[in-house]
Amino acid sequence: MDKKFENVIKDFPILSQKINDEPLLYLDNAATSQTPNPVLNEMVSFYQSENANVHRGVYTLANEATTAYENVREQVAEFIHAPNAKSIVYTRSTTESLNLVASSFGDLVVHESDEILITIMEHHSNLIPWQQLAKRKHAKLKYVELADDQTLDIADFKRKLTERTKIVAVTQMSNVLGVTNPIKEITRLAHQQHAYVVVDAAQSVAHQSIDVQDLDVDFLAFSGHKMLGPTGIGVLFGKAELLDEMNPVQFGGEMIEAVSRTQAKWQSAPWKFEAGTQNIGGVIGLGAAITYISKLKMTWIEATEHKLLTYLLPQLVQIKGLTIYGPQTVAEHGSIVAFNLANLHPHDVATGLDMLGVEVRAGHHCAQPLMTTLGVESTVRASLSFYNSLADMDRFVYDVKMVKEFFNRES
Amino acid sequence: MSLNKLNQLYLAVVMDHANHPHHKSSLPDATKSVELHNVSCGDDIRVFIKTKADRIEEISFTGNGCTISQASASMMTDALKDLTIPVAIKTCDDFFQLTMGKTLTSKAKKALGDAAILGSLAEFPARIKCATLAWHAAKEAVGGEIK
Repeated sequence: MDKKFENVIKDFPILSQKINDEPLLYLDNAATSQTPNPVLNEMVSFYQSENANVHRGVYTLANEATTAYENVREQVAEFIHAPNAKSIVYTRSTTESLNLVASSFGDLVVHESDEILITIMEHHSNLIPWQQLAKRKHAKLKYVELADDQTLDIADFKRKLTERTKIVAVTQMSNVLGVTNPIKEITRLAHQQHAYVVVDAAQSVAHQSIDVQDLDVDFLAFSGHKMLGPTGIGVLFGKAELLDEMNPVQFGGEMIEAVSRTQAKWQSAPWKFEAGTQNIGGVIGLGAAITYISKLKMTWIEATEHKLLTYLLPQLVQIKGLTIYGPQTVAEHGSIVAFNLANLHPHDVATGLDMLGVEVRAGHHCAQPLMTTLGVESTVRASLSFYNSLADMDRFVYDVKMVKEFFNRES
Repeated sequence: MSLNKLNQLYLAVVMDHANHPHHKSSLPDATKSVELHNVSCGDDIRVFIKTKADRIEEISFTGNGCTISQASASMMTDALKDLTIPVAIKTCDDFFQLTMGKTLTSKAKKALGDAAILGSLAEFPARIKCATLAWHAAKEAVGGEIK
């Protein structure tokens, strides 16, 4: 165990507790990541010394809070290599970001008989907003299917992308299959058809570097709580000229330039989308999370998680009766492994693992159309983070075998 | 904790109901059927009832689910068959109380039949929804008020 890892672990006191009398092994990082002390401390410090509402007061404290709030916008822009902070909108979550694009931008560009192209591996948050938009506009919603190896079928994408396609919405990393999609290629092809590309980066943002200019995506959404930050803060990146065209979907304080009895004029983007008092403490936490990740270095995070997966996946594959969904090889797999054990229901497996202190997700992972395509109702899912160790992987494999034996003995 | 605690939940009688569920079929001449979903896992259960003069003459269920939901559904059909509707509603309510760790009277326990052993669910709060799904569907099917 290297020194850096030992220091990192100390930043996450939640991980050193016991669950059901066993040491906690947290493997539900795709649902939410744990928050390290430096991030928590930064938020406490903000509330203790800088807290005031932003963009309102002329007094010193309000100015400090505003500066801190806007500095994080710069930080976020830098983190995802956006050209400037004006293309960064604060939201509540990835879900809210995607809904904002679908209801505001979607309304502008999608009309009757147009097509919206999404993939079968989308989380409900990057699916239902488009399903609803298609219904509102009498547009057609099309799905890119999976290839035989359960990666995205790019040939199918090419077939279904037409001149009628106005929006392509795709996840950068599947929250079930663990695959990373070729966003740059998808964007290049979509732009040839003058379609806009919306990317759900909720799962990828904490596990790989993102360069929105290199990818050339039009919109990209993610949440703070899956990247070591607090819950309740999300981000929408949008190309500045597109954000300018869009209408706000929420109205009220802060988002206006001037209001009369009969009309109102909006602020420019991104502020026109931030009606009402925002999650200022959450923004501060998001900034601290970016600082923490930057100090660790994304390359170290990627390498550490890749090492864990390289160690884990072949061992899981060896377990008789265990089916892994998504690619079977490490090369195409991110740090998410969804699986089922022969005839056992995922909830039974997850309860068994919980008794051993291992916290995994069991369910449909908010991806029911994908579950239907895979021919299952639900799966178990283990999702890793850099704060897991190789010993954790050994323990996990051992515990999965124990649970399998327990239920096989009973049935 | 080891897997020993699991034995409190996955008792032989539970495994038996799950592996060989009672009354698991649709009921073509049902007077009412109600389907409910477990939103966290996507499991679904449909409960069919055939009532005659305020009495549950026949009851059955279909659907997929985990050991707990299948066993509990099977036990539910055993418990509610032949009951009058008001008694069936009370029995469902007793079951909900039981899963939340409340102690039932011996008469109420007896009415639940095999389902009375699911009191151990109180130790597994994350799984209460699995067990109560079929009972909620049954209560709705007989017109009971859903709390």
